[in-house]
Amino acid sequence: MNYHEKRSLVSAFSSIIILGIYSLYIYQKYIAGNVEIVNNFKFWGKSFLFLIPVSIVAQIIIHIIFAIINKIATNEEEPNITDERDKLIELKSIRISHWIFITGFFLAMGSLTIPFQPYVMFITLIFSGFLSAIASEFAKVYYYRKGV
Amino acid sequence: MSKHQIFNNIRKLRFHANEMTQQELADKAGVTRQTIVAIENGKYSPTLELAFRIARVFNTPLEEVFIYNPEKMIDNEKQ
Repeated sequence: MNYHEKRSLVSAFSSIIILGIYSLYIYQKYIAGNVEIVNNFKFWGKSFLFLIPVSIVAQIIIHIIFAIINKIATNEEEPNITDERDKLIELKSIRISHWIFITGFFLAMGSLTIPFQPYVMFITLIFSGFLSAIASEFAKVYYYRKGV
Repeated sequence: MSKHQIFNNIRKLRFHANEMTQQELADKAGVTRQTIVAIENGKYSPTLELAFRIARVFNTPLEEVFIYNPEKMIDNEKQ
Protein backbone atom coordinates (compact mmCIF):
# COMPACT_ATOMS: atom_id res chain seq x y z
CA MET A 1 0.00 0.00 0.00
CA ASN A 2 1.53 3.30 -1.06
CA TYR A 3 1.54 6.60 0.79
CA HIS A 4 -1.50 8.02 -1.05
CA GLU A 5 -3.61 4.96 -0.33
CA LYS A 6 -2.72 5.04 3.35
CA ARG A 7 -3.41 8.77 3.55
CA SER A 8 -6.81 8.32 1.88
CA LEU A 9 -7.79 5.56 4.29
CA VAL A 10 -6.69 7.70 7.22
CA SER A 11 -8.80 10.59 5.85
CA ALA A 12 -11.84 8.36 5.43
CA PHE A 13 -11.65 6.87 8.89
CA SER A 14 -10.86 10.21 10.51
CA SER A 15 -13.96 11.69 8.81
CA ILE A 16 -16.05 8.91 10.31
CA ILE A 17 -14.54 9.46 13.76
CA ILE A 18 -14.80 13.27 13.60
CA LEU A 19 -18.46 13.29 12.53
CA GLY A 20 -19.27 10.53 15.02
CA ILE A 21 -17.74 12.40 17.96
CA TYR A 22 -19.18 15.74 16.83
CA SER A 23 -22.68 14.28 16.43
CA LEU A 24 -22.48 12.64 19.84
CA TYR A 25 -21.29 15.91 21.39
CA ILE A 26 -24.08 17.92 19.75
CA TYR A 27 -26.68 15.32 20.73
CA GLN A 28 -25.62 15.15 24.37
CA LYS A 29 -25.09 18.89 24.81
CA TYR A 30 -28.13 20.25 22.95
CA ILE A 31 -30.61 17.66 21.68
CA ALA A 32 -30.83 15.22 24.61
CA GLY A 33 -32.19 17.85 27.00
CA ASN A 34 -34.35 19.69 24.49
CA VAL A 35 -35.61 17.70 21.50
CA GLU A 36 -37.52 20.71 20.14
CA ILE A 37 -34.22 22.38 19.28
CA VAL A 38 -33.98 20.25 16.09
CA ASN A 39 -36.61 22.52 14.56
CA ASN A 40 -34.58 25.63 15.35
CA PHE A 41 -32.74 26.92 12.27
CA LYS A 42 -30.25 28.85 14.40
CA PHE A 43 -29.17 25.61 16.05
CA TRP A 44 -28.51 23.98 12.67
CA GLY A 45 -26.70 27.05 11.37
CA LYS A 46 -24.38 27.03 14.39
CA SER A 47 -23.86 23.27 14.11
CA PHE A 48 -22.83 23.59 10.44
CA LEU A 49 -20.57 26.56 11.08
CA PHE A 50 -18.76 24.83 13.94
CA LEU A 51 -18.49 21.49 12.16
CA ILE A 52 -16.45 22.93 9.26
CA PRO A 53 -13.52 24.44 11.26
CA VAL A 54 -13.58 21.59 13.80
CA SER A 55 -13.37 19.08 10.95
CA ILE A 56 -10.54 20.95 9.18
CA VAL A 57 -8.44 21.36 12.34
CA ALA A 58 -9.00 17.72 13.36
CA GLN A 59 -8.06 16.48 9.88
CA ILE A 60 -4.84 18.54 9.91
CA ILE A 61 -3.88 17.20 13.34
CA ILE A 62 -4.68 13.61 12.33
CA HIS A 63 -2.61 13.94 9.14
CA ILE A 64 0.38 15.34 11.02
CA ILE A 65 0.16 12.42 13.46
CA PHE A 66 -0.20 9.99 10.53
CA ALA A 67 2.86 11.43 8.76
CA ILE A 68 4.95 11.10 11.93
CA ILE A 69 3.79 7.54 12.70
CA ASN A 70 4.19 6.47 9.06
CA LYS A 71 7.72 7.90 8.94
CA ILE A 72 8.70 6.09 12.14
CA ALA A 73 7.05 2.79 11.12
CA THR A 74 8.03 2.56 7.45
CA ASN A 75 10.71 5.25 6.97
CA GLU A 76 8.65 6.33 3.95
CA GLU A 77 8.76 10.01 3.00
CA GLU A 78 5.70 11.91 1.81
CA PRO A 79 5.94 12.16 -2.02
CA ASN A 80 7.23 15.63 -2.84
CA ILE A 81 5.68 15.73 -6.30
CA THR A 82 2.12 15.35 -7.52
CA ASP A 83 2.27 13.90 -11.01
CA GLU A 84 -0.33 13.57 -13.75
CA ARG A 85 -1.64 10.25 -12.43
CA ASP A 86 -2.18 11.70 -8.96
CA LYS A 87 -4.04 14.64 -10.50
CA LEU A 88 -6.19 12.35 -12.66
CA ILE A 89 -7.11 10.21 -9.66
CA GLU A 90 -7.88 13.36 -7.69
CA LEU A 91 -10.18 14.62 -10.45
CA LYS A 92 -11.99 11.31 -10.83
CA SER A 93 -12.56 10.98 -7.09
CA ILE A 94 -13.78 14.59 -6.87
CA ARG A 95 -16.26 13.85 -9.66
CA ILE A 96 -17.67 10.91 -7.70
CA SER A 97 -17.77 13.02 -4.57
CA HIS A 98 -19.66 15.82 -6.35
CA TRP A 99 -22.24 13.43 -7.80
CA ILE A 100 -22.94 12.00 -4.35
CA PHE A 101 -23.22 15.44 -2.80
CA ILE A 102 -25.50 16.71 -5.58
CA THR A 103 -27.74 13.65 -5.13
CA GLY A 104 -27.83 14.34 -1.40
CA PHE A 105 -28.57 18.01 -2.04
CA PHE A 106 -31.54 17.15 -4.26
CA LEU A 107 -32.81 14.64 -1.71
CA ALA A 108 -32.48 17.31 0.98
CA MET A 109 -34.45 19.82 -1.12
CA GLY A 110 -36.92 17.08 -2.01
CA SER A 111 -37.52 16.43 1.67
CA LEU A 112 -38.80 20.00 1.97
CA THR A 113 -41.39 19.46 -0.75
CA ILE A 114 -42.74 16.39 1.03
CA PRO A 115 -44.14 17.21 4.46
CA PHE A 116 -40.99 16.31 6.39
CA GLN A 117 -39.67 18.30 9.31
CA PRO A 118 -36.92 20.80 8.32
CA TYR A 119 -34.34 18.91 10.38
CA VAL A 120 -34.56 16.03 7.85
CA MET A 121 -33.16 18.43 5.23
CA PHE A 122 -30.25 19.45 7.47
CA ILE A 123 -29.44 15.87 8.43
CA THR A 124 -29.57 14.81 4.75
CA LEU A 125 -27.22 17.67 3.84
CA ILE A 126 -24.70 16.77 6.56
CA PHE A 127 -24.91 13.08 5.73
CA SER A 128 -24.46 13.63 1.97
CA GLY A 129 -21.44 15.86 2.65
CA PHE A 130 -19.99 13.20 4.89
CA LEU A 131 -20.77 10.40 2.43
CA SER A 132 -19.25 12.34 -0.49
CA ALA A 133 -16.02 12.89 1.48
CA ILE A 134 -15.80 9.20 2.37
CA ALA A 135 -16.60 8.09 -1.19
CA SER A 136 -13.91 10.40 -2.56
CA GLU A 137 -11.26 8.81 -0.33
CA PHE A 138 -12.33 5.25 -1.09
CA ALA A 139 -12.44 6.08 -4.81
CA LYS A 140 -8.82 7.25 -4.58
CA VAL A 141 -7.80 4.00 -2.94
CA TYR A 142 -9.68 2.08 -5.63
CA TYR A 143 -8.03 4.00 -8.50
CA TYR A 144 -4.56 3.71 -6.98
CA ARG A 145 -5.01 -0.06 -6.62
CA LYS A 146 -6.91 -0.92 -9.79
CA GLY A 147 -5.53 1.74 -12.09
CA VAL A 148 -7.09 4.58 -14.05
CA MET B 1 -10.33 3.38 -26.59
CA SER B 2 -9.27 1.01 -23.86
CA LYS B 3 -5.99 1.64 -22.09
CA HIS B 4 -5.35 -2.12 -22.30
CA GLN B 5 -4.71 -1.76 -26.03
CA ILE B 6 -1.45 -0.02 -25.22
CA PHE B 7 1.52 -2.13 -24.20
CA ASN B 8 5.02 -1.06 -23.24
CA ASN B 9 8.62 -2.24 -23.13
CA ILE B 10 9.70 -0.14 -20.20
CA ARG B 11 10.86 -3.07 -18.09
CA LYS B 12 13.02 -4.39 -20.94
CA LEU B 13 14.37 -0.93 -21.71
CA ARG B 14 15.26 -0.37 -18.06
CA PHE B 15 17.13 -3.65 -18.04
CA HIS B 16 19.13 -2.65 -21.10
CA ALA B 17 19.85 0.77 -19.61
CA ASN B 18 22.25 -0.63 -17.00
CA GLU B 19 19.36 -2.07 -15.01
CA MET B 20 17.92 1.33 -14.30
CA THR B 21 15.64 1.27 -11.26
CA GLN B 22 12.03 2.40 -11.33
CA GLN B 23 12.94 5.23 -8.99
CA GLU B 24 15.71 6.43 -11.32
CA LEU B 25 13.35 6.40 -14.28
CA ALA B 26 10.70 8.17 -12.23
CA ASP B 27 13.15 10.90 -11.23
CA LYS B 28 14.29 11.39 -14.82
CA ALA B 29 10.73 11.47 -16.17
CA GLY B 30 9.49 13.72 -13.36
CA VAL B 31 6.87 11.39 -11.88
CA THR B 32 6.54 9.20 -8.81
CA ARG B 33 7.79 5.63 -8.71
CA GLN B 34 4.18 4.45 -8.25
CA THR B 35 3.30 5.95 -11.63
CA ILE B 36 6.13 4.05 -13.32
CA VAL B 37 4.98 0.86 -11.59
CA ALA B 38 1.40 1.48 -12.79
CA ILE B 39 2.57 2.12 -16.38
CA GLU B 40 4.75 -0.99 -16.42
CA ASN B 41 1.87 -3.11 -15.13
CA GLY B 42 -0.53 -1.67 -17.70
CA LYS B 43 -2.68 -0.04 -15.04
CA TYR B 44 -2.13 3.47 -16.35
CA SER B 45 -1.68 4.87 -19.83
CA PRO B 46 0.48 7.99 -19.63
CA THR B 47 -0.26 11.24 -21.39
CA LEU B 48 1.51 11.87 -24.66
CA GLU B 49 3.88 14.29 -22.91
CA LEU B 50 4.95 11.75 -20.29
CA ALA B 51 5.26 9.03 -22.94
CA PHE B 52 7.68 11.27 -24.85
CA ARG B 53 9.60 12.07 -21.67
CA ILE B 54 10.01 8.35 -20.92
CA ALA B 55 11.12 7.66 -24.49
CA ARG B 56 13.63 10.50 -24.23
CA VAL B 57 15.10 8.98 -21.04
CA PHE B 58 15.86 5.80 -23.01
CA ASN B 59 16.87 7.80 -26.07
CA THR B 60 14.55 5.72 -28.25
CA PRO B 61 11.57 6.49 -30.49
CA LEU B 62 8.17 6.46 -28.83
CA GLU B 63 7.04 3.42 -30.84
CA GLU B 64 9.79 1.34 -29.25
CA VAL B 65 8.55 2.17 -25.78
CA PHE B 66 4.79 2.01 -26.29
CA ILE B 67 2.95 -0.31 -28.67
CA TYR B 68 -0.63 0.13 -29.77
CA ASN B 69 -1.97 -3.35 -30.46
CA PRO B 70 -5.74 -3.88 -30.33
CA GLU B 71 -5.40 -7.40 -31.80
CA LYS B 72 -3.37 -8.52 -28.79
CA MET B 73 -6.15 -7.42 -26.49
CA ILE B 74 -8.73 -9.31 -28.55
CA ASP B 75 -6.50 -12.41 -28.40
CA ASN B 76 -6.19 -12.06 -24.64
CA GLU B 77 -9.96 -11.74 -24.28
CA LYS B 78 -10.51 -14.86 -26.41
CA GLN B 79 -8.10 -16.82 -24.20
